[in-house]
Parts: sequence; C-alpha cells; structure tokens
Amino acid sequence: MVNPDLLFVAQANDWFGQLVHRSTDGGTTWEQVGNTLNYDGETGTHQWYDGTPHPWEFRRIWHIEPSIHDENVIYAGVEDAAMFKSSDCGASWQELPALRNHSTGNSWQPGAGGLCLHTILQDPRDENRLYIAISAAGAFRTDDGGETWLPINKGLRSDYIPDPDAEVGHCVHNLALHPSNPDRLFMQKHWDVMRSDNAGDEWVEVSGDLPSDFGFPIVVHAHEPETIYVIPILSDAYHYPPEGKLRVYRSRSGGHDWEALTAGLPQENCYVNILRDAMSIDTLPECGIYFGTTGGQVYASTDSGDTWTTIVRDLPKVLSVEVQTLT
Amino acid sequence: MIRVIVPSQLGVLSDAPREVELDVSAPITANRVVDALESAYPDLKGMLRDPLTRTRRPMIRYFVAEEDVSHLDPDSELPATLADGKEPFWIVAAISGG
Repeated sequence: MVNPDLLFVAQANDWFGQLVHRSTDGGTTWEQVGNTLNYDGETGTHQWYDGTPHPWEFRRIWHIEPSIHDENVIYAGVEDAAMFKSSDCGASWQELPALRNHSTGNSWQPGAGGLCLHTILQDPRDENRLYIAISAAGAFRTDDGGETWLPINKGLRSDYIPDPDAEVGHCVHNLALHPSNPDRLFMQKHWDVMRSDNAGDEWVEVSGDLPSDFGFPIVVHAHEPETIYVIPILSDAYHYPPEGKLRVYRSRSGGHDWEALTAGLPQENCYVNILRDAMSIDTLPECGIYFGTTGGQVYASTDSGDTWTTIVRDLPKVLSVEVQTLT
Repeated sequence: MIRVIVPSQLGVLSDAPREVELDVSAPITANRVVDALESAYPDLKGMLRDPLTRTRRPMIRYFVAEEDVSHLDPDSELPATLADGKEPFWIVAAISGG
C-alpha cells in the first residue's frame, strides 16, 4: 500500500445498488466516491447454473485492491466477473475489458456465491503483472496491465466438472503470494490446496494431510515465504470445520506437511465458516494472524499462529478482515 | 417548487434531508424529479436508478397523492397536485428487516 491513510469500503445492497466510500485520513472521515462501474461495450452472455446463456449484469464489487505501485490506481473485482481500474483514486472506474472478453468468457459459470472476481494479487516487481481469480472460472494472469489475460489453471483438477482438467471452469477460492518470491503462488481451491512455482503456469497439489482440503482463505507468513495458513472446512455442502473443531493449519514447507494450530480456538461444537477475505496478517516481527468468522468472532494470534485469542465477538457475519501495521 | 420525500435510509448514505424542495421545470415527470434531486445531492446518483440504464431500482417506488406511480412511463407527466406543491413526490424503499 502506497498511502496507509487511504482506505476504501465497498458496500452494495438490493435497494440502493453499489456504493464506494474512501477515507484519506486513516478512517477518521469518509466520503463517497465513484459508484458507476459500467461494462465496456457489448456485454454478451456467460453460462448460467443450468448451462443456458445468461446476460452479463453488474451486481456488486467483491474486492477492492489499491495498487502497491501508484497511490491513484485502485483495482476492483466485481460480480458478474470483471476487472475495473480507477486511475483517479476511486473517483471514476473503467473496465479492463479484455478479461471479460477472453475467448472462454461465454463459458464461465457462477459458483455458489455468484460469478465473482474476488481475488486480486500484484507482483511487487512489475506493476503490469496481476493475478486474479474468479468463481467458478479459475485463475488468470496479465503481464501487460490488463491488455491481455492468460488462464493459469494447468494442473488444477476439479472432479465436479465434466472435464476435470479444463482450461477454465475451476472454482478457485483464494490466492496468495509472498512479496519476496512473487512467482510462487498458493491457492485454496473449492477442493485442494495448490502451489505454483512458476507464476501460475503449472500447479501441484499440496493438500497433504489436511483433515479437509476444502476451505476459503489462504495467507502467507509475513517473513517466512514458505509458511502458509489455511482453515479447513468440512465440505462444499457443510460449511463448518471438520468435527466442529476450529483449527488453523500451518505448513512451514510450502504445503504437503501441515500442523494444526488450536490453542485458544474452540475445539468442540464450532459450526462457523471463514470467508475468503476474512483472514489477514500483520508485518510485526512475530507475524500476527487474524481471521473473522460467520459467527461474528475475530480471532488473533501474535505469535505466527501458535496461540489465539478472541479480540472481537458478537459481530454480524465477518466478510472481510484487513490489517495495517502501524508501527 | 416540488416537494420530494427521500427514503430515511438515504439520510445515512448522503446529506439529503428527509424532505427536499426542488425547482423542476414542466412537464413534471419522475425522471425529471429524480434528475433534479441527483443534481442537488450528487451522492444519490446511482442509488435510485441504475446509472447506466436510468431505470428505477426494483426495490424503490414512487408515490404521488397516495397513488403508486412507479410503473408509469418515467417520462410521462405526473398529477398537477405535484407541480403546485400540494402533494409531495414520495420515494419509498421496500421494507427490509423481515
């Protein structure tokens, strides 16, 4: 983040549509900014759940990502899946239409939450390289600032689609990278935890001995590029932790080998979910980890996940947890 | 002067008061009233109508003299009682919360 005092909130509802608010003073005051996100040109159709063509319709912003290279550049991933860019700090938005117009676009199909572009990663070395993920189309990379997009789903296997090795159609839930090694990507897929060592060109499964490889968020430790965290969820039909035990799993080897982190987390009768944007890290020396639940708790660890405390409870469903290190 | 009653929820999301008085030139239509409202309170742009198509959002309705005028052509002239300020143009958001 270029300017730590620059914050964005996007809220949308069926009454008044999409709103975007911006704070330039670290959240003390907020102002409404551009909320018009129009698709560029003819919109065409994608596939509906039953395989029939369905017109592309803007529903809401799923994820806002300020550029790490330019304070005035903000990215937004939306439903129905498309990528928008603001070059004036949120005052106005323009679509990067090559993604939606990708040759596979008319075959994209929504996941349970809709056809949403929910994840945007940036390469700290190159402002023109971005990674995005769409449920349930898959992951894509651009190396030219959004002029062209490449599906990067080779090695993903989804047994719930007719062609398990298809170029697109995979329900990617979340992506993560460490800035010191941005060619190494980690993915939590609908099922399977995956790793790519070549910027998404190929993926290998690293689920190892997880009690379930279904889940939503995945994050990387602030100072250990091979240390990653997931929170297993029982299945796509049962959105709660296996055995009702809320366990964060940590791998210090970039996957395959996992350890359960349970100290301070409920180990019986816990039936919450953890959504894809509801887990974050800080950059303090011991690396704090934070996540929120659909039951309204926010848990924090100040020691890389070894122990946890409840720092907030009784909130509504937690959709997003963002952390800023202020020291 | 046209009197417009704004949904109370929008008092949180914009600086529009509950009742607004607007100059709207004839013919008085729903679209012209909302145009004038958005011009006076730009934060409301896109909240009542889709910004691209300008169609009324499905959970927003318009009333004049207790009559639902939501489904009239939004460019058709509204009752004269609106133009002389006797009746307000009510913008109503669908009831939420169960």
